[in-house]
Amino acid sequence: MANYAHPEALVTTDWVAGHATDPNVKVVEVDVDTKAYDEGHVPGSIAWAWNTQLCDTVRRDILSKEQFEQLMSTSGVGLETTLVIYGDNNNWFAAWALWQAKIYGHADVRLMNGGRKKWLAEGRELATETPHSQATNYHAKNADLSLRAFLPQVQQASASRSSAMVDVRSPQEYTGEILAPPGLPETCQRGGHIPGARSIPWGKACNDDGTFKPAGELQALYGGEGVDGSKPVIAYCRIGERSSHTWFVLKYLLGYNNVTNYDGSWTEWGNLVGADVEKGAAAAARG
Amino acid sequence: MKAEEYRERKIEVAGWPVNLASYRLGAEWHSKADNVSPGAALARTAGATREEAEEKAVKRAEELLSRTKRHTV
Repeated sequence: MANYAHPEALVTTDWVAGHATDPNVKVVEVDVDTKAYDEGHVPGSIAWAWNTQLCDTVRRDILSKEQFEQLMSTSGVGLETTLVIYGDNNNWFAAWALWQAKIYGHADVRLMNGGRKKWLAEGRELATETPHSQATNYHAKNADLSLRAFLPQVQQASASRSSAMVDVRSPQEYTGEILAPPGLPETCQRGGHIPGARSIPWGKACNDDGTFKPAGELQALYGGEGVDGSKPVIAYCRIGERSSHTWFVLKYLLGYNNVTNYDGSWTEWGNLVGADVEKGAAAAARG
Repeated sequence: MKAEEYRERKIEVAGWPVNLASYRLGAEWHSKADNVSPGAALARTAGATREEAEEKAVKRAEELLSRTKRHTV
């Protein structure tokens, strides 16, 4: 598939149409708009809500191992299940869910290339009923934190320029012109970006139909900004979901070994007292 | 049920580029407005016609986008 390093991490809409009711496959829809599933979804799929089921709702964090195990168990996912995730916005939060599944060591988890948009645009069958899931007794692996960046690592990487830092937000968020995506509430005290970060908006990795661009185009996109896998990469955005998408591209489509998602992202850095901030587009060239 | 007559187009709302999608599910039309960059969903609406569904989506998008402050860099 398009010369990707790990083509097994993606499935096509055709593949899903043929396997959605396979007992060894669980298809899950994860949307930014958590009501979209109710409008119609891939037959046989279930839904996870990113804001209640894919995070700790008390403290700011991803799911704990126990919470992840509970989600998998109640969703009818076993250790051997092929987990296929898709969603709106070209798989933003689908990638967020996949990232957590990888952290907890699920062996076979894939994205449906093109996500919900492609399924709709192709006029494929939609269901409105939610299927019953037979509960399992899922045991996750311990969290693989080599996939996740925390603030101290990011501060060190920014100060030493030891990692390639990729800001995947819109150019206006990167420069500091706006403090949140247009139309969404401002959630930070300062605008701009982490010193040393390059601006490579997540959407540049996608074709108009929501699918990922071929490997050659992706290499040119990231390599052109000095992100070529020769040193560790840290991706960030505002809350960590858009950067999950870029993390997936760099890790599985381009095959870079050391890629982490900084899910604290700008809502952490842009609210830190005393944190260095770069503003403006010109800063990108200094990186 | 299938999404039929799926259409997407780019328009400008309150000074921001917006991607407007619409399609028919059964007898009902649905529309979704996203900001083009970064691509976040702004509104998802339904109506008896494509025009009605899109008009509702654009109206809601305009309400949200008009609140966005541009800061001096």
